[in-house]
Amino acid sequence: MTYPRTNPAVAAGAVERHLRARRDVGRGLLMPYVTGGITPGWTDYLRAFAAAGADAIEVGLPFSDPTLDGVTIQQASDAALARGASTRRILADLSELSGLPDLGVPLVVSTYYNLVLHDGPEAFCAALRRAGVGGLIVPDLPVHEADELTGVAEGAGIELVLLASPATPQPRLAEISARSRGFVYAVSLMGTTGERAALAASAAELTGRIRRVTDRPVLLGFGISTPDQARGARRHADGVVVGAAVMRRVLDGAGPDDLRAFLAPLRQALDQECDRPR
Amino acid sequence: MREVPLRREPVPPDGVMGGPPARGRFGEYGGRYAPESLVEACREVGEAFREAWADPGFRGALARLLAVHAGRPTPLTPALRLSEELGVRLYLKREDLTHTGSHKINNVLGQALLATRMGRRRLIAETGAGQHGVATATAAALLGLEATVFMGERDIERQALNVFRMRMLGAEVVPVITGSRTLKDATSEAMRHWVGATGDSHYCIGSVVGPDPYPWMVRELQRVIGDEARAQCAAELRTGVPDHVVACVGGGSNAAGTFAGFADTPARLVGVEAEGGAGAARGRLGVLHGCRSLFLQDGDGQITQAHSIAAGLDYPGVGPEHAHLRDLGRARYVTVTDDEAVRAAVRLARTEGIVPALESAHALAWVIRAAGDGELPAGSTVLMTLSGRGDKDVSTLKELL
Repeated sequence: MTYPRTNPAVAAGAVERHLRARRDVGRGLLMPYVTGGITPGWTDYLRAFAAAGADAIEVGLPFSDPTLDGVTIQQASDAALARGASTRRILADLSELSGLPDLGVPLVVSTYYNLVLHDGPEAFCAALRRAGVGGLIVPDLPVHEADELTGVAEGAGIELVLLASPATPQPRLAEISARSRGFVYAVSLMGTTGERAALAASAAELTGRIRRVTDRPVLLGFGISTPDQARGARRHADGVVVGAAVMRRVLDGAGPDDLRAFLAPLRQALDQECDRPR
Repeated sequence: MREVPLRREPVPPDGVMGGPPARGRFGEYGGRYAPESLVEACREVGEAFREAWADPGFRGALARLLAVHAGRPTPLTPALRLSEELGVRLYLKREDLTHTGSHKINNVLGQALLATRMGRRRLIAETGAGQHGVATATAAALLGLEATVFMGERDIERQALNVFRMRMLGAEVVPVITGSRTLKDATSEAMRHWVGATGDSHYCIGSVVGPDPYPWMVRELQRVIGDEARAQCAAELRTGVPDHVVACVGGGSNAAGTFAGFADTPARLVGVEAEGGAGAARGRLGVLHGCRSLFLQDGDGQITQAHSIAAGLDYPGVGPEHAHLRDLGRARYVTVTDDEAVRAAVRLARTEGIVPALESAHALAWVIRAAGDGELPAGSTVLMTLSGRGDKDVSTLKELL
C-alpha cells in the first residue's frame, strides 16, 4: 500500500521524525501515558516506560474537570491535584529529568485547553519547550478552534497532535490529518478513556479512513490495554496509546518495575505483529 | 390608574442578542470546544435547531405546548406593598407560576420537541438543584421520550424531593460521585455519557452554557420570558420599558431570556450572581464544558468550586453571551450574599405572599439593596424575573429561620 503524500514543504518535527523512522523499519509504536505528579517520584515511571521500549511517552497535566476521561484517569487527576501537582511543578520535574541521560524517547504532554489558556498559548508552549517536551495533545481543542494554538505551537517547536474520532466526517478527517503534527491520534471508539473488554470495531474503520488521506503515523488510543488489543490495533494503525490500564495499576500502588513488567507483553505483541497489509 | 404613554426612543438594534452568532462566538467567548467525538453531534443539533426555529410549524407546536402544558404566558405582577416600602415600582415576571415551578420548562420543551424532530428517543440532562432535571423528566414523559439525568451525589442528598419527582416521572437519575459531586461534575458526566450515546440521545443542556449551539439555542428558547415581559411592560408602564431589568445568573438562562427582550431598549440590564459563584463578576477567561467564557479558577488554572445557598447558582462559570454583554457594558453583573438572599426571600413572602426560589431571591436582594443606597432612584421602574418558586428550598430555609 502506498501512502498519499503530505505537503513536503512542511518539514516534520522531531516527534514525527522519530515516530516515522521507527514505523518505517516495521516497528509497532507504543506510547504509554502517566498523569504527571501522581507520586513523589513519578518521573521514575518515564524511565521505566523508556526501558520497556516506549516509542513516545504521554504525560498528562491533571485538570480539575477532565470531561473526556473515564473514571481511572479522573481518579488519577484528582489524586495528582490533591498532591499539589500543577503545570509549573510537573514541567519543573521534567526539566530536571532532561539534565540526566536522555530518555531517548519524545515526550508529549496532554491536557485540557483551560490550562493552556490560563498561561496563554505562547507562555504555555515556551514552558513545554524549556522542559524538553516535543508534542502536545489537547482533547477539548478541536481543529476548528485550534488556530489560536497551531501557529504558536509551531513557532515554539511543539508538535500539536489533533484527534480524530469515528464520528468525524471524511472531509474534516482530511483537514485534521493535514493539520495534525507528530502523529494523528485516532480515538478508537465513541466513548471516554478507559479499559474495555475488546478493541472496538470502529477502530479499523477510522484508521482506514485516516490512511486514505495521510501518511502521518497513526496511533490508536482509548480502550487499548491488553496484548491482544495491541495486536489487533497494529493490524490497522502504526501503534497504540495505553493510558487507563497504566494508571489503574499506578493507583493500585504499582511501582516503575511493575509497569515495566506490564508493558513488556504489549511491546512483544507490537513487535510480533508483522503480517499486516502495508 | 393608567398613565399617558410616554415612549422613549429605542436604542438602535446593534445585533446584540440577535440571530445565530457566527462560529458560535459572542465576541471572544463561546465557540465549540467539544471533544472531536461530539463535534458532529453539536453540528447536527445546531443545524436542526436553525431549521426548526425558522419553521412556523415547529414554533407553533412549541407555543402550544408552552400554553397548554406549561401555562404560558406568565403574568407580570406589580409588587405593590414591597414597591411602596422600597420607593421604586417593582414588577415581577412570574416564571414561578409555570408548570414544574421554574423557567427551566421553557427551554426543555423546546429541546424535547427538537429531539423528537431529530428522531432521538432519549434525553440526557445534568441537574444541580433538580429543577432542570424535573423539567426534563416532565418533557420526556409528555413527548414519550426516555430521560437520564445526572446529578451530583451531594445534590441528591440535598434535594431528595426533586429526585423522587424525577423518578416518579419515569426518569433515570444517575448519581455522580466524582469531583465535588455537584452541578459542575454532573455536567462533565452528562457530556461523557453523551459521547457514547450520540446516535439515539439528545443532550438537553439546562443553561446558556456548553458548546455552540447551546448558548444561543437555550437563549432563544428562553427569550419567551423577555418577549412576553416586553409586551406586558409596554401595556403597563408609562415609559413603555422599565428603567432596570434584573435577573439572577448562575449559568444565566433566565437572565439571557429576559435580557433578550430588552437588549434593544434603553433599559439597564443587571445580572445578579451569588457571592460564591460569581463567574461574570470575578471569573477569568477559560474553557469548560465546551465553551470559552469566564470561570472561577485558582492560580494554577484549576476550576474552583462555587458555593451558594441556591443550588442553581452553584456553577463556577457563566454563559459566554453574558461574558460578552459584560465586556460590551450592555449588562452589568453584581453579587449578593447568601444572607441577603435569604432575607429577601422572607421579605417577598411577607409583603407579597410569594415564596421565591433562593436563586430568584438573589435578584430581589440586589433590588432591595440598590433601592436602599440610591442606586435605584426613587420612582424608577424595575422589572425583575422571578425565575422559580421556593418550594424546593423550604427545608434549607427551615434550618436557617
